[in-house]
Amino acid sequence: MDTIHSFTPVWVILTSSVAALLIALLGRWPNLRESCIFVAAVIKLGLLLSLAPGVLDGDLYEFEVMELLPNVSLAFRVDALGLLFALVSVSLWIPTTIFSMGLLRPLKSHAQTRFFFCFAIAISSAVGVAFSANLLTLFLFYEALSLSTYPLVTHHQDDDAIKGGRKYLTYLLGTSVALALPAMIIVYQKTGSLDFANGGVFADGTSTTLLVVLLVMFLFGFAKAGLMPFHTWLPGAMVAPAPVSALLHAVAVVKVGVFSIIRVLTGIFGVDLLANTPSLSTIVCVLAGITLIVASLIALTQDNIKSRLAYSTIGQLSYIILGVGLATKSGIAGATLHIPMHAFGKITLFLCAGAIYQACGAKCISQMHGMGRKIPLTMTAFFIGSLCVIGLPPTGGFVSKWYLLTGSLNSGQQWAFAVFLTSSLLNAAYFLPFVYKAFFSSPSDEAKWESAKEPPLLTVVPVLITAMGCVLLFFFSGKLYQFADKFVELYVSK
Amino acid sequence: MTGQLPIIVILGPLLAAILAAFTAWLRPKLSYPLVVLGLAISFTAALKLVFIVADEGAKIYWLGNWGNQNHEFVVGIQITVDNLNTLLLTTVSGIALLTALYAKRLVETELAGRQRYFYALLSLLVTGLLGISITGDIFNLYVFLEIAALSSYALIAYGKGRAYMASFNYLIMGTMGACLYLLGVGFVFIKHGTLNIDNLSEIIPTLDPSQALFVGFVLILLGVWVKMAFFPFHGWLPNAYTHAPTASAAVLAPLATKVAVYAMLRIMFTVYSLDYINGLTGIQPIVLYLSTAAIVMGSFFSLTQTNLKMIACYFIISEIGYMVGGAWLANRPGLTGAMYHLVADAAMTSALFMAIGCIVYRLGQAQLDDLKGVFFKMPVTMAAFVVTMAALIGVPPTCGFFSKWYLIQGAAEAGVWHFVAALLLSSLVKAIILFRIIEIGYNRVAHPAIEGNPAIPRNEAPLSMLIPTVAMTLGLIALGLATNTLVNTIIVNAVPAALTQ
Repeated sequence: MDTIHSFTPVWVILTSSVAALLIALLGRWPNLRESCIFVAAVIKLGLLLSLAPGVLDGDLYEFEVMELLPNVSLAFRVDALGLLFALVSVSLWIPTTIFSMGLLRPLKSHAQTRFFFCFAIAISSAVGVAFSANLLTLFLFYEALSLSTYPLVTHHQDDDAIKGGRKYLTYLLGTSVALALPAMIIVYQKTGSLDFANGGVFADGTSTTLLVVLLVMFLFGFAKAGLMPFHTWLPGAMVAPAPVSALLHAVAVVKVGVFSIIRVLTGIFGVDLLANTPSLSTIVCVLAGITLIVASLIALTQDNIKSRLAYSTIGQLSYIILGVGLATKSGIAGATLHIPMHAFGKITLFLCAGAIYQACGAKCISQMHGMGRKIPLTMTAFFIGSLCVIGLPPTGGFVSKWYLLTGSLNSGQQWAFAVFLTSSLLNAAYFLPFVYKAFFSSPSDEAKWESAKEPPLLTVVPVLITAMGCVLLFFFSGKLYQFADKFVELYVSK
Repeated sequence: MTGQLPIIVILGPLLAAILAAFTAWLRPKLSYPLVVLGLAISFTAALKLVFIVADEGAKIYWLGNWGNQNHEFVVGIQITVDNLNTLLLTTVSGIALLTALYAKRLVETELAGRQRYFYALLSLLVTGLLGISITGDIFNLYVFLEIAALSSYALIAYGKGRAYMASFNYLIMGTMGACLYLLGVGFVFIKHGTLNIDNLSEIIPTLDPSQALFVGFVLILLGVWVKMAFFPFHGWLPNAYTHAPTASAAVLAPLATKVAVYAMLRIMFTVYSLDYINGLTGIQPIVLYLSTAAIVMGSFFSLTQTNLKMIACYFIISEIGYMVGGAWLANRPGLTGAMYHLVADAAMTSALFMAIGCIVYRLGQAQLDDLKGVFFKMPVTMAAFVVTMAALIGVPPTCGFFSKWYLIQGAAEAGVWHFVAALLLSSLVKAIILFRIIEIGYNRVAHPAIEGNPAIPRNEAPLSMLIPTVAMTLGLIALGLATNTLVNTIIVNAVPAALTQ
C-alpha cells in the first residue's frame, strides 16, 4: 500500500478538455471532430486502465496542483472508488458518442459542435470529481459539471428546454451554494481540514446536533443525488436530447451526486462515526428509504418513457445512498457496485428510449403495444436493461443488490431489507408490463406503426453494446468487487 | 531611488493631470499618452513597493523631508506604505491604467468633441484615490477624498441628460459625507492634538474611553459610509454611475467605493484599534445587520432592474455590504475576507463594467431587452461577461469564490448566521441574473446555424477595448488561484497583529 506521486490523474482529466478544444476548433469538419472524441476517449480509458493494477494493489496515486487555502489544496487522489467511477463514465462516453452521431446527424441538429464540446467538458468534470482528494476540489468540479451541462439540457432552445434548464440550474446551483458550500466552510472552520480521510475529519466529542445539521445540509446540498424533495430537476431535465439524458442523467451527473455523498459520508464523517451515532445513520437511511419507495411509486404513474426512467433513476440513486448509510462493509460494497451496474442498465434504457423515438416517434408507454415485433433488437436491449435495473440475473444489477441486501441484514437498520425488496418489486412492476405489452400484445394503432423499423446502425449498435455490458458485468462482477473491496478496506477500519 | 517610490506613485498621475490639462488646451492629442504614461509610472512604482514592503515591512516617507520628525507630535506630512497600502495602491493604479487603455475608443465616440479635459480629470481622480490609499494623516485623507470626489462629480457630469442631476445629487450627498468625516476628524484632533495616524494609534489606546472619542469615531464612520454608498446611504450611486459616460463609470465603479472601504478599515483598526471595536458591543451587531441589509437590498434591487448598468450598480451596493460586514466581524477570517474582497471586488467590478462598456459601444445601450442575440454578435465580450458573472456569483476557482469563503468562515466563527445567509442569497440572485441574460441573449434567439434562420452578423467590440476586458477577466481567475500566496504573504501582515498571533 503506497502513495504514489503521479501526474497521470491530471492527464486523465486534461485529455477530454483538450479534446473539447479540438472539437471547438474542428467544428466545421464533423468527421474529424468526432474522431477527436474517440481518440480522446480511448487514450483516457487507456490511462485509467494503466492505473487499475496499482489501485487494486492498494496504491493511491496523488497529485497536488497548488494550495488554495491553508491546508486545502487543489489536489487529486485516485482510489478504488474514484477509479471505478471514472472508468464507468469514460467507457460509456464512447457508445453515447456513437449514439449522438446517429441521432443528431440525420436530424441536422443545430449546434452539434457546442453539444460535443460541452459533453467533453462534462466528462472532464465528472472525472475531476472522481479524483478529488478533498471536498473543495470536489466542489469545484461539481459546479463545473452543473455549468457545462446547462447548454446540453437546453440544447433544443425552445420554451420547454429553457424551462427545464431554469429548473436544472435553480436546483443544482441553488442547493450547492445555499447548503453544501456553507456546510463545507463550517467543516473547515471547525476542523481545519477538508481532506477525505479514513475516520473522517471530526474530533471526538463534536456535538451531535452540529453533525446532524451538517449531514442534512450535505445530503440536500448535493442535489444531483436526487434525494427528495430536491429531485424534480431530474424529470425536468428530460427535455434534453436522448444521449444527454443517457450519459449525464443516468450516469455522470446523478452519479456525481451520489459519489459526492459517498465521499462526504466515508471521508468527512467517517464510517465509524456513522455506525456509532445512530441518529446520523438513521437520517441517511430514512431520507434515502423514503425517496426510494416514493420515487418508485411515482414512476408507476408516468406514461412518458423518459420521465418513468427519470423517476426510476431517482429511486436507484437512493439505493446507493441507503447502502452507504447502513455503514456496514457489504452495504458500502453494494453501494459502490451499484454505481457501474445501474449506470449500464440505465444508459441502455435511456438510449433505447431515444432509439424508439427515432424509430417511430413514440414517447409514451401507452403507445408501445406490439412494438417489440417491429423493432426487436431495440426492445430486447430494453428488456435486458430493465432486468439490470430491477436486479435480476444474469445482469450486473443482481450482484449489487445482493450485497446491498446482505448489508442491510448486518446493520442496525434491518427494515432497510424490506425497503430494498419492496422497491425491487416496484421496479419490476413499472418495467416488465411495458416489455410484455411490446412483445405480446397487438399494436393499438396498426396503420400508424407500419412504417416503424429498426433505427439506423449508429443508433442500434451502441444500444446493443451497453446491453451486452449489463450481462458481462454479471459474469465479471468479481473484478468489480475487487474495486469495492479495496475501497471498503481503505475507509472502514473494522 | 527606491526610497522615493511612495511619492512617485502619487506624483505620476498628479503631474500627468496638470500637464494633460495644459496640453488639452494647446495640443489635445498629447493629453492621452501623458495620462497613460503617468498611470504606468504609478503602477510600476506600486508594484515594486509591494515586494519591498512584503520583504522589509512598512515604509515611512516624509514629504519634502520637513516637520519635526523626532518630536512627540508630528507636524510634517507623512506617507505610510504598509501591506494593506501596497495592496490597494497596486489595485487602484493597475485598474486605472488598464481602464485608461480601454477607454480611448469609448471616449472618442461617447464624448465626441467634448473629450478635451476627460483624461486630465481621470488622472486627477486617480491621484485622489491613490492619495487616500497612501497618506499617513487623517486630515490629508480628507483632502484626497475631496480631490477624488470633485473630479468624479465632473467625470459623471460629462454624461448627457440625467447625468447632471445625478451628479448634483452625488455632489450633495458626497459633500455631506465629507463634512461628517471632517467633523469627526475635528473631534479626534481636539482630543489628541495630532492628525498623524501613527501617533494617534499610539495615543488612543492609552486614553480612557471618552465621549469625544466615540463621537469622532461615529462621525468619521458615517462620513466614509456615505462615500462608499453603504446602505442606507446608497441612494446616490446607481443614478450617478448609470448616467455617467461609460468610460467614467468604468473607472469610478471599481475604485471609488473600494477606497472608501479602505479608509474605514484604516480608521477602525489603525487609528482606533481592534480592542476599541470589540468594545463597541452595542454598535457591532447593528452594523452587521446593516451589512446584511445592504446585501439583501442590493440583491433585491438588482433583480428589479432592466438596465445592465443599473444591475451592476446594485451589485456594487451589495458587495459593499460584504466588506463592511467582514470588517465588523473583527476576526481573522472576516478581516482577511474583507481585505481580499477589496482587491477581488475591484477587479470583478472593473471587468464587469468593461464588458458592459463593450456592449454599450456596439449596441448603444444596455437594456436587457436589447441584448437579444448579443452572444452571437459579440462572443468574446460575452464570454468575458459570463466568466465575470461567475466570479461575482462565487464559482471556484475565481477570486469571488475565495472572498466569499473567508467571509463565510468569519461569519461562522462569530456565529453571525444572518450574514452567511445574506452572502449566499446574493450569490443566488447573481446566478439568476446571469442566466436571465443567457436566456435573452442566447437561448431565445432563432439559432443562426439552423437553415432558414436569419444570420446574426458578428460585430465584436474593437480590439483596443476587447484586450483589456479579456485581460481583466483572466485576472479574476489568476487572482483566485493566487489566493493563498496573497493571503499568506500580504494580507496576513495587514490584519491587526492581535488576530494573527
